[in-house]
Amino acid sequence: MARVVVDVMLKPEILDPQGQAIVGACGRLGFDGVTQVRQGKRFEVEIDGEADDAGLAAVRRLAETLLANPVIEDFELRVE
Amino acid sequence: MTARVGVVTFPGSLDDRDAARALRIAGAEPVALWHADPDLKGVDAVVLPGGFSYGDYLRCGAIARFAPIMSELVPAARSGRLPVLGICNGFQILCESHLLPGALTRNASRHFLNRDQRLRIESTATAWTGAYTPGEEVLVVLKSGEGNYVADPATLDDLERGGRVVARYAGGAPNGSQRDIAGIANEHGNVVGLMPHPEHAVEALTGPSVDGLGFFTSILAPLAHST
Repeated sequence: MARVVVDVMLKPEILDPQGQAIVGACGRLGFDGVTQVRQGKRFEVEIDGEADDAGLAAVRRLAETLLANPVIEDFELRVE
Repeated sequence: MTARVGVVTFPGSLDDRDAARALRIAGAEPVALWHADPDLKGVDAVVLPGGFSYGDYLRCGAIARFAPIMSELVPAARSGRLPVLGICNGFQILCESHLLPGALTRNASRHFLNRDQRLRIESTATAWTGAYTPGEEVLVVLKSGEGNYVADPATLDDLERGGRVVARYAGGAPNGSQRDIAGIANEHGNVVGLMPHPEHAVEALTGPSVDGLGFFTSILAPLAHST
C-alpha cells in the first residue's frame, strides 16, 4: 500500500474569497504581517501496491477527473 | 401531446418540487427522475434543479456529474438532441460535466445572496428562452453562495461571439460574475445554465413576478411540433 498526497489550489488568477476572509481574521487577531492567504485542499489517497509510474498515473487521472476542476484549479502529486 | 419534462432529484436537491410546479403551470407534464435511475424514462427535456447535490461535497456539482442518470443525459445533451436547463446547482453540474464552459465559484462578496434580481435576456435563440424578446428585462430570484461565473477571456469572447450569453445581471453582477453573466448556452442552444431561479417566479402568490414562466413555456412550442 502506498499513500499519494494530492494538493489542489485555485489557479492564481481565480479570486479566493475564503483566503481573503482569513487574511481579514489575521489582522483582527493581531497577526499583522500576513499579507495574503490562499486556501486549498489536500487529499490523501491510499492505493494498492507501489506508487510506481502506473500507480501515480492512475492517481493523476483521478485528480484530473474528480479531485480538481482543471478550469479553475491546479494540482500537484507527491508520494508520502 | 403534453411535453414530458424530467426533473432530476439528487440527494440534497432543494428546488425539484418548485421546478416541477413551474413546468406544470407552464403546461408540461413533469416527470420525477432520481439520480440513481439508469435512464431518462423517455422524457422530452430535463431540468436539473437547484439545491446542494451531495451536500456540495468536494465542489458544487462535482459528485452529481457522475450520478448514474448522467450517463444517458450527458451524451444526449452534448449531441444537441435533449433540451436541458440547469438552474443554480444544476448550472454548476452542467459546468462540472463540461456540457457548458467555465466554472461557478464563491461569490466575490463572500455573502450568500438571497434577493429578487433583474436579468436582461440576451439570447432568445435557445431551447429555453424563445418565449422572451432580446433585451427584455425579467425579475426572478437569486439565491446562491457560489454563483460567481468565471472562464478564461478566450472562452468569454467565444460565448459573446456565438450569442451564447443567455442572460446578464441588470445593473451589474452582485456575485462578481465575469461580464455580468447570469446564464449561458452550449453551441446548439439546447443546454442552458442559469444561476438565478426562474422557477420561483411563476406565480404572484409565491414569487416576485411571473417572469420566470417563459423559460418553461419556451420548450413547449418546438416539442409540440415534433410530436
